[in-house]
Amino acid sequence: MTTLALSRDPRTQFGRTVTELLDDDLSTALVWAEISGRFFTDAVRRHPDRVVNVGIREQLLVNVGAGMALTGLRPVVHTFGTFLVERAFEQVKLGFVHQGVGGVLVGIGGSFDASAAGRTHQAPGDVALLDTLPQIVIHAPGTAAETDEVLRRAVAADGLHYVRVVGQTNAESFAGPGLHVVRRGSGATVVALGSVLDEVLAATAHRDVTVVYSHSVRPFDGSTLRSLVTTPDVVLVEPWLAGTSARCVDEALLDTPHRLLALGTRRTELRHYGTPAEHQRAHGLDAAGIRRSLDAFVAPGRVG
Amino acid sequence: MIQVLYERVLRVSPETVDDPRRDRFLLSKGHGPMAYYAVLCERGFFSPSWLDRWATFDSHLGYHPDRTLVPGVEIASGSLGHGLPLGVGTALGLRAQGIDARVVVLVGDAELDEGSNHEALELAAALHLDALTVVVVDNRSSSYAVPGRIAARFATEGWQVETVDGRDPTALEPALTRRGAGVPNAVVATVLDREAAA
Repeated sequence: MTTLALSRDPRTQFGRTVTELLDDDLSTALVWAEISGRFFTDAVRRHPDRVVNVGIREQLLVNVGAGMALTGLRPVVHTFGTFLVERAFEQVKLGFVHQGVGGVLVGIGGSFDASAAGRTHQAPGDVALLDTLPQIVIHAPGTAAETDEVLRRAVAADGLHYVRVVGQTNAESFAGPGLHVVRRGSGATVVALGSVLDEVLAATAHRDVTVVYSHSVRPFDGSTLRSLVTTPDVVLVEPWLAGTSARCVDEALLDTPHRLLALGTRRTELRHYGTPAEHQRAHGLDAAGIRRSLDAFVAPGRVG
Repeated sequence: MIQVLYERVLRVSPETVDDPRRDRFLLSKGHGPMAYYAVLCERGFFSPSWLDRWATFDSHLGYHPDRTLVPGVEIASGSLGHGLPLGVGTALGLRAQGIDARVVVLVGDAELDEGSNHEALELAAALHLDALTVVVVDNRSSSYAVPGRIAARFATEGWQVETVDGRDPTALEPALTRRGAGVPNAVVATVLDREAAA
């Protein structure tokens, strides 16, 4: 195996890592739908039988992956998150989950990578939709290094995994699943999931709060959260539909009085183009927006 | 049709139900499982005692078959338009592993209304999946059926196509056994009642 240096771009890293995984393990397959072809050139050349481009056919994309899984292969199935999850959701539900086979779905684009492309290429609801499926494992890596790590772990594991690869990245990478304590404080507990960590850290820089981070969205590490919460105030920040993980936080804190502020993308359709940063700001997910929401939520004097 | 497949065409038995080299039969139109269950039972895949409890709470057998509950059932089906795409993936997976097993998918003529089938039949031809056979049970149940159009659709995409009397085992056996060289196979099995056939 030749391991190349990590890219700084998660999508480029996905291409490199999946190519290495195909080189290393004959049971790994890649099914894709025209999208990201420039990252798969070597994989196509080296493994023509295990790397299949189905064309612009997303329903087929998912069920070809599921059919391969029925023969014992471990498929990585890839296109934009919106077409992979939302357009082909029944194929995910029936092709993989109902058949009882596993695979690794890798969606790009997230909530606002394709901000200039408009709503058709944005999938802020992908995590919420997939969360209706039993036992799915959902990863939201915040860096290229995390993308490499979670992809290797997902391919080596069993069951159905979703890896949400986005362009927005955090400065620091965290190894392993579960919640990582980034900063300790005596006030509220702020949970950052995926690529919003840096904005959360900037928003809370001068506040006495605990900040925890995870790229493991499901299963949610509720036991660590429970062990860390010392005040009733909990803030959840996730770069997809607001409230998607609220039920997990509530379940984790069932035995203790708490109140939860759940931040994420808004339910109003954002009919604007522009940059990802502008969309992030419009959803209140930049540092200033998170700070405003935090100020309104936490009573004066309760945090530093 | 299913009896012909299991008795004369497919290399699969209760003893080889987990053999990676076995032939696969995928019932895509899952709303027609009675003949399927009967054939699997008769060939020893499960006990006849299962039949009496059909569709009850603890039964392995329901209105739509579930691969996790019934030995020999390759896919859990019911929602239309999934079997052929799954069959394409299965054929690709077997080919990638150097396994020369056949994959036979049974669909209904109305089921072909689902666009997912069109995605699959195009790709199967483009990738030369000659291990794949689609059996179309044509009882003209589609509201927009046009005689001859099903065979034409497959032929247009480059499949080897044969239309036979779906109630004639002597016609079905060679049609289902035949395997095109580098092209997938479609067998349109007509099962019209007298009124529709007139």
